[in-house]
Amino acid sequence: MSTPPTTDPTMAIPADRQDERFLADEGLTGWVKGSISRLRSGDLGSLPVVIGLILIWGVFYFLNDAFLSSRNLVNLTLQMVPTGTIAIGVVLVLLLGEIDLSVGSVSGLSGAVLAVGFVNHGWTSGMAVGLALLVGVAIGVIYGLLFNRYGVPSFVITLAGLLAVLGLQIKVLGKDGTINLAFTSDIVQFASQKFVPDVVAYALVLLAVGAAILAKLAQGRRRAAAGLSAAPASVVLVRTGLLGLILLLAVYILGRDRGVSYMVLTFIALVVLTDLLVRRTRWGRSVMAVGGNVEAARRAGINVKRIYLTVFALSSFFAALGGIFAAARLASVSQSSGGADTNLNAIAAAVIGGTSLFGGRGSAYSALLGILVIQSISNGLGLLSLDTSYRFMVTGGVLLLAVIIDSLSRRSRAAHGRA
Amino acid sequence: MTTTSPAQPVLSMTGISKRFGAVQALKDIDFDVRPGEVVALVGDNGAGKSTLVKAIAGVYQPDEGQVTFDGANVTITSPAEAQRLGIATVFQDLALCDNLDVVANLFLGSEVTGRGMLDEVAMEKESWRLLRELSAKIPSVRIPIASLSGGQRQTVAIARSLLGKPKVVMLDEPTAALGVAQTAEVLNLVERLRENGLGVILISHNMSDVMAVADRVVVLRLGRNNGEFRVAETTSQEIIAAITGATTNAVSERAARRDSAPATPPTDEQDHATEEHQ
Repeated sequence: MSTPPTTDPTMAIPADRQDERFLADEGLTGWVKGSISRLRSGDLGSLPVVIGLILIWGVFYFLNDAFLSSRNLVNLTLQMVPTGTIAIGVVLVLLLGEIDLSVGSVSGLSGAVLAVGFVNHGWTSGMAVGLALLVGVAIGVIYGLLFNRYGVPSFVITLAGLLAVLGLQIKVLGKDGTINLAFTSDIVQFASQKFVPDVVAYALVLLAVGAAILAKLAQGRRRAAAGLSAAPASVVLVRTGLLGLILLLAVYILGRDRGVSYMVLTFIALVVLTDLLVRRTRWGRSVMAVGGNVEAARRAGINVKRIYLTVFALSSFFAALGGIFAAARLASVSQSSGGADTNLNAIAAAVIGGTSLFGGRGSAYSALLGILVIQSISNGLGLLSLDTSYRFMVTGGVLLLAVIIDSLSRRSRAAHGRA
Repeated sequence: MTTTSPAQPVLSMTGISKRFGAVQALKDIDFDVRPGEVVALVGDNGAGKSTLVKAIAGVYQPDEGQVTFDGANVTITSPAEAQRLGIATVFQDLALCDNLDVVANLFLGSEVTGRGMLDEVAMEKESWRLLRELSAKIPSVRIPIASLSGGQRQTVAIARSLLGKPKVVMLDEPTAALGVAQTAEVLNLVERLRENGLGVILISHNMSDVMAVADRVVVLRLGRNNGEFRVAETTSQEIIAAITGATTNAVSERAARRDSAPATPPTDEQDHATEEHQ
């Protein structure tokens, strides 16, 4: 090659900090400054929903101090799991810029399959859960195949699915219409009676925080070895330490009552796992790429059809799992399971949590944060003995607010070159 | 450049013909590019540029003719085959994902992984190496593509095409949507590719770009070769005459009119034109 060998005098400076136009933030104060400037430019992340959550909790606590009691907070965590699990799937579909309107029906059908198998046919809980999940995945695969083969908008496919699956659910339930699960069955016990011992919960938090810090420090060393800038240890310790403190506080408060349910732990583990899948694997990168620019993804050699198929299948899988959690928690399945507002709450949770409706932007954590907001409103209004009319109106208002914040911050990001 | 002598073309096409029904899109086209050479492919709309580009990129297969790549006879049956041979194409719409950062876009579809997870450190390191090699001016590889200028996006697209270590890079109208400074940046990049010993095929309508950066100009007209010029020994008038097929044409008439009418201040006009483009 005719280029002279590069004897780089700037070798001491990390490769990603050599451009003088790039304003790097050094150290802990730099990190704080950088975070503030990111916020000002409209890169809000999950800040609006966290602030919203604090406001909502403050208002309800002011109106009725039982809201923040340990007993009620444990109830809140249990209530949020079914719809929250469904919302994880909705986040994935939204990342592609598509939609799944049938998650409610799929969760209802899954609950019906579970109840009929478990109660009427006397299957083991494992068999019943397995078949219910399989039915969910099958529906998602059908959506994916239809979408890939005919290019019909997912809005219409899943709208048709909503009706067809609802019909299936009523058919499966048969003439009784309602099936009750025995309160002593392991499925129901798992959902409402099994709690993680306090010691184990604390140990899990410490383990998770320790692992996160070690992983980040190890990555920092690898970056430094590769000649790239690394976040200083102080920033890593403070950021992850803060998160750990919040988690410990949550475990302490919940622990004064029944504690953290195994079902809640499962839900949180699913959120973390989905986040890792989206951010750290080739599959997740492909999902973000397809959501950002399908044509670019296709030309880069990504199998776009496989991505659509897997995401629709996963969405229905999470919907089915949410249906199982709902059936287990309520110990009954009826024709109205998964009906009414399940669908809309799951989609609203994903959007309120900060996942864009337009694809390519969002995170699995928005399912957790969004469902916390929605369930807090529902729970709080219930404590105030206000009927569902208020719940619908308030939730609608919050959803509208979330979408407005999303639009405004997108505009601001565009103006600040962070779109 | 040590292995191939400069006289030996890396890509050579002879007698290429392509018909679409009753339309003879290409007829007996000869075209070659050597390592470390920038060849401009020019021609009016409908001259057959796009068809030839697509034949090189593997989108179309020619009906007749011979393609030699690196001294061996080849048939380019698909875009993937072209890439495998070492022909990288940067199409006019750059096909980047606005929501992803520079590293993610560079490695899209060919991510580096370790133990099933993305190896962000290795990818970022390689990104910087690649961008430095091109002397590319990109402040950070961790910002979304949306926040880059047109020239920087073009740089990222070209850098991405170099990941597969190609021998020939084909750029389709790389400066069409760019401002003055950004055009210069991309032209610098083209020169850098030449210095690195790559064969560069530049498709452009812009005569000043062609004259500024190309070594050789191949003119197509109505699907046939209509002249080949060494840039050092020609003028843009000659090339335009070959493109339009006449020594007196709309372009030369306009130039003549302007020369004979000094009453209109030409500098002002030019200023307005550039402002509008920005």
